[in-house]
Amino acid sequence: MFLQLNSEEKDMLNGKFGKAIKKSMEIITTLGEIYGATKLVKVSSVQVAGVSYENLGEAGLEFLDEMAADGRVRVLTTLNPAGMDMENWKELGIDSEFAKNQIRVIEAFEKMGVISTCTCTPYFIGNIPRFGEHIAWSESSAVCYANSIIGARTNREGGPSALAAALTGKTAEYGLHLDKHRIPELTVVVETKISKTYEFGALGKSIGDEVGGKIVYIKGIDDASIEELKSFCASIATYGGTPMFYMEGISPESKIIKIPKEKIKITKENIEKNINELNDESEVDFISIGCPHCSIKEIAEIADLLKGKKVNKELWITTARPIKEIADRMGYSKIIKSSGAKLACDTCCVVAPIKGRFKTLCTDSAKGCYYARGKNKFNTRFNSIEKCIEEALN
Amino acid sequence: MYRGSIELKLQGRRIYKGKALGKPIITKQNISFYGGVDPDTGVITEKGHELEGKSVANKILAFPTGKGSTVGSYVLYRLKKNDKAPAAILNEKCDPIVAVGCIISEIPCIDGIDIKKISKDTFLEIDGDNATIKMKKIN
Repeated sequence: MFLQLNSEEKDMLNGKFGKAIKKSMEIITTLGEIYGATKLVKVSSVQVAGVSYENLGEAGLEFLDEMAADGRVRVLTTLNPAGMDMENWKELGIDSEFAKNQIRVIEAFEKMGVISTCTCTPYFIGNIPRFGEHIAWSESSAVCYANSIIGARTNREGGPSALAAALTGKTAEYGLHLDKHRIPELTVVVETKISKTYEFGALGKSIGDEVGGKIVYIKGIDDASIEELKSFCASIATYGGTPMFYMEGISPESKIIKIPKEKIKITKENIEKNINELNDESEVDFISIGCPHCSIKEIAEIADLLKGKKVNKELWITTARPIKEIADRMGYSKIIKSSGAKLACDTCCVVAPIKGRFKTLCTDSAKGCYYARGKNKFNTRFNSIEKCIEEALN
Repeated sequence: MYRGSIELKLQGRRIYKGKALGKPIITKQNISFYGGVDPDTGVITEKGHELEGKSVANKILAFPTGKGSTVGSYVLYRLKKNDKAPAAILNEKCDPIVAVGCIISEIPCIDGIDIKKISKDTFLEIDGDNATIKMKKIN
């Protein structure tokens, strides 16, 4: 065994701090041994995924209850989206049995001291690491965002390993915690202008499908908003399993890292092909914007598009609760509600239990399309936010 | 019960401790527990998988490595609670989803094993603590 533990860490592993910490340390040290870590590092922030009761089931909940018996978080820990809006679940058509179980899941997390933010965009609402900070995040889009846009250091954790880091304040030092594993292998030259969230999603899919989990250095993007970057991160992580990338002029270390010689190109045709692939010939009955969760800027734009109009199809706008509070104050929520659309918090179209309820999802999210197809067996339509809203009004 | 001399002894790397006895179920294909295995029955449901329709319950499951969503760790836990989990898991290279799943579910797991060396119609004795596998031929 090459992994060295200090005396506190050994005590944690031996059960001196209770069962939850013992189990957590078993997870952390086993992963450390698999990946050849020599020590553990402190983490300052954790994001835990695996929150929807639909994915956890009764056994997952049992696991959380076991951990909650004597486990308490040692660092700032926030939560991924749940299967429903924790307050207005009825409005989303969630049945009361599911709601009851989802509430039990949230209560188990809260008992451990996990802050029940229920959002995939922790960086919008107060869980925002600084450059170079070691963290343990387990929402794949947020992992990609933290590594690539902020320059924090995290591996792509699963729900239990992120929780283990939260309860011990530690993770094993391997993978993306070490600079030597953060070196790009391939340069991607984007030869066409990319704008709007859905085109960035299509770019993420193009690159993810092409190169898999490799770390790439991306050239040719002049400008990208935070919203476009979150869409890109979600997509490249979903289609490629990519935990990080460098984007020239945008990623903090893009100027100091050595650019790989081996190149691939992404052309206008690649982007169009990927947009077409996500567009089925099928009539839309469900529109959802907010995968990853909407920023306040996106909500303001959507409210503007919906002002004084009525939707004719089910339209969900999903966001984090603090963002909705600002939208309430600004009158955006009222405009959205008056149109017949639903401004939902804590959840999204990926994790809500909506299989069988709809046939075709229209969204600006390439990640949303992936799970709509794979998990919910929906057809998909993929377009800009403006076009998605148009579809809802149609 | 299962007499006969030890045919083969393999040494791997311990992922999770524990002992198990049983018959192997072997595949050359990777397994995604989330979406690929029914958590209530232990039956492999992935379309086109060479073990599609077969149950992993209480067998020694040997496959190269895990794939798919990290929710797979919880699927292993659900299988265990439903008494449908594999008795032990043998991998060529254990991935984090399966490793974490085995730890939280307390399923013995060994990696660093050449799957090709494990043959069906054998009986396996798994010692997760020492990461050893004894294979006996069933007559």
